[in-house]
Amino acid sequence: MNGKRVNRRQFVSVSVAAAGSAALCCAPAIAQGGAHVVVIGGGFAGASCARQLKRLDRKIQVTLVETNPTFIACPFSNAVIAGFRELSAQRFTYEKVAADGIALAAARATAVEPGARIISLADGQRLSYDRLILAPGIDIRWDALPGYGEAAAEQMPHAWKAGEQTLLLRRQLETMEDGGLVVISAPANPFRCPPGPYERASLIAHYLKARKPRSKLIILDAKDVFSKQRLFQSAWKELYPGILEWVPLSSGGNVTSVDPNTNTLVTDFEKYRANVANVIPPQRAGGIAERAGVADVSGWCPIDPVTFESRLQANVHVIGDAAIAGAMPKSAFGANAQAKTCAMAVVKLLRGETPLSPKLINTCYSLVAPDYGISIAGVYHAVDGQLTEVPGSGGVSPSDAPRSTRSAEANLAEDWFRTTTAEVFG
Amino acid sequence: MACSGCHPVGSGVETSVPRLAGRKAEEIVAQMRAFRSGQRSATVMDRIAKGYSDAEVETIAEWYEAQR
Repeated sequence: MNGKRVNRRQFVSVSVAAAGSAALCCAPAIAQGGAHVVVIGGGFAGASCARQLKRLDRKIQVTLVETNPTFIACPFSNAVIAGFRELSAQRFTYEKVAADGIALAAARATAVEPGARIISLADGQRLSYDRLILAPGIDIRWDALPGYGEAAAEQMPHAWKAGEQTLLLRRQLETMEDGGLVVISAPANPFRCPPGPYERASLIAHYLKARKPRSKLIILDAKDVFSKQRLFQSAWKELYPGILEWVPLSSGGNVTSVDPNTNTLVTDFEKYRANVANVIPPQRAGGIAERAGVADVSGWCPIDPVTFESRLQANVHVIGDAAIAGAMPKSAFGANAQAKTCAMAVVKLLRGETPLSPKLINTCYSLVAPDYGISIAGVYHAVDGQLTEVPGSGGVSPSDAPRSTRSAEANLAEDWFRTTTAEVFG
Repeated sequence: MACSGCHPVGSGVETSVPRLAGRKAEEIVAQMRAFRSGQRSATVMDRIAKGYSDAEVETIAEWYEAQR
């Protein structure tokens, strides 16, 4: 074990390797005294984990592999779609991450060899690691819905990764005539941001009510229950009667195919020809997870709930949306909490110490209108190898809360966004 | 430290969420107890406080007190 450690430290710094060849060359001097941790994916999980590792131990060499020079945050992107926020408010750079002494590698990770502890990047670099942390987020399962694919998404946007897709859906809503039909299809569990489709539907309904009041929105759902359901439904009744309709699985809401040429969504019972169609398709862990051998048949990654180490590959940890985190939902708050927990565990493991069994929090706000927020919160701990909600904790906003509470929670949603993005990127 | 998702450790963030960094540990402990018992009303902290034992709350409070 110790004999091998020297080898593992023979990693290549990004700047050195960029000028070098595709072969794994050695620059052990750079690594002196510090283990090398590679983090793949620079979102709420990955960027947070990289910084936390550095904060906990300056001697650890950290490389963050991320292809995008700017991060575009998903939380609040539904407000961009509904026209009351700009995408620029969602953009964050990695300048402060780099200023912490984290090496940035701006190339796609193409392969992981868990046995040899080496990853390959698309630009030919090879990096060796002591511990690898995968935070790749989600990929769309392009094969899961007949008729849907990358080309179809240009006509029927998913907008489930923030960026051009977000703006495309917004433009489609803006150019739609009054009296049009908007259809959102929501997938079966699990998927990124469980309350997200319903927040989106709410905010689009808010836009329609104000700007195109003869229009209608239908959610076709592959489920009969969803996150914060009672709160959403009672708010819809109050705010958007006659505008927003939810069709659950048991009423024929499951979309079985789509036709981008006619903007049609097909269920077992009906065909919905939409003016604007937002297809939120089934998802899986980001592609590198499968290539690294840490995704199971479900497409997601089983992990140890204390260390977030993969159950399938040693020395590889998975955090954020890609992980199967038991009762924890796939949320940015949860991803950030997991990142900090994982960083603490990895530091302990590198020192040969035993990681502490963590408690994690999730708090997710959803907007039903710009000044109407609702939340779900939970506290989680590891029980019998699973992240489980602590009994008696957590839950959703009270159903009988006054409008002042709803508006306070809308403000708290923004406070959370500012604080968390400052912690991760600021 | 999951708490810092809302309660910033640094000082540069504008938020209505109470700052805990540098606060006396005993104050934080007292507030968490009040949230847990329902003595102090809250939007989410009542739901979160119920997930922590006294010992855990003390550890968190001491950590925040030690932050600048």
